[in-house]
Amino acid sequence: MGESHSLEERFQAYVDAENKIEPKDWMPERYRKTLIRQISQHAHSEVVGMLPESNWITRAPSLRSKLILLAKVQDEAGHGLYLYSAAETLGADRKDMIDDLHTGKAKYSSIFNYPTISWADMGAIGWLVDGAAIANQVMLCRTSYGPYSRAMVRICKEESFHQRQGYEIMMRLAKGTPEQIAMAQDALNRWWWPSIMMFGPRDEDSPNSAQSMKWKIKRKSNDELRQEFIDKTVPQAEFLGLTIPDPDLKWNEETGHYDFGEINWDEFYQVIKGNGPCNKQRLDDRRNAHEAGEWVREAANAYAEKEAQRRKEGNAA
Amino acid sequence: MSDKSNWKIWEVFVRSKNGLSHKHAGSLHAPDAEMALKNARDVYTRRSEGVSIWVVESEAITASSPDEKEPLFAPSDDKVYRHPTFYEIPDEVGHM
Ligand SMILES: [Fe+2]
Ligand SMILES: [Fe+2]
Repeated sequence: MGESHSLEERFQAYVDAENKIEPKDWMPERYRKTLIRQISQHAHSEVVGMLPESNWITRAPSLRSKLILLAKVQDEAGHGLYLYSAAETLGADRKDMIDDLHTGKAKYSSIFNYPTISWADMGAIGWLVDGAAIANQVMLCRTSYGPYSRAMVRICKEESFHQRQGYEIMMRLAKGTPEQIAMAQDALNRWWWPSIMMFGPRDEDSPNSAQSMKWKIKRKSNDELRQEFIDKTVPQAEFLGLTIPDPDLKWNEETGHYDFGEINWDEFYQVIKGNGPCNKQRLDDRRNAHEAGEWVREAANAYAEKEAQRRKEGNAA
Repeated sequence: MSDKSNWKIWEVFVRSKNGLSHKHAGSLHAPDAEMALKNARDVYTRRSEGVSIWVVESEAITASSPDEKEPLFAPSDDKVYRHPTFYEIPDEVGHM
């Protein structure tokens, strides 16, 4: 008891001194568990996040926009893989993590349970959803766990193109015909609130945050990140000439931040519970994609075995 | 054979350009070295981050354990005379 107490104290002092924890270092069991849960959820979000956008790959309005969207979706697959790798350094098993996603045991970001009904949604997602993800991920570049931090640095380098391509779509629509402007406004109306919910519950309703901050897994609170995101995004919406669907949104001279209206937390918890518009469809699509890819994995195994056999015979001869 | 757990983990090292060493980029799963290389190209070099890739089975790596950190790295700590700043050279001598 005394021993483990002092180990935890040494661990905390090490983290407080801004040192990174590496896979083989001693760490409290709860630190390991918290990280596995957070990193695997993050990985699942990248992977499920491909689904709403892949809906538009075949319907992109030009070859240029199709190539861009394909590249973005492929990046998200890569992000999922970097993160699964980071979780594996903590002793998590890839297959277990994917099973947990497919059985609904593991969570992923609720934002991906909303439908993508128009091309403008590709703009709003890049601009707002990737934008909110970037705010979180920039913070996580400084997380205390080395492999997670390195995965985040790599991801952040790739993300800025995601947000810019989204904003470009919004700019084009916002300068277009009245119908296109209406499409852009409609997408903003639907994606605004779910995007600012991405930062999670208010600080006072987020009981595990304090420990994560203490361990420097998180470096900023949910509310801090949300406020930063809103402050940054309002001028971007103004530039587009679009209106953020929040009548209470206004600049507060005193605080130097935007005040904003009450978030519908009931909707937030309903979507987490599985009652969002697309929860079932996303999980079904994910499971189907995994099953449909089964023959590829089998073929790869068969090929590897055959090659190994061939080498063996070659050596014997 | 539907169990993917027989896919080994490979560590990926990427040389970003000639003249620099290979640097650890991350890891991935693959059934053999050849496919590990192909996967590594897709996963770790989508933006021409590399001119050369190494893949090594994770199991084949022998790592020093952090508990041995002190005996392993301590000997150099008390040999300060191995560092140039240990020696005082007068300014008049110029850069050395
Ligand atoms: Fe991503
Ligand atoms: Fe992204």
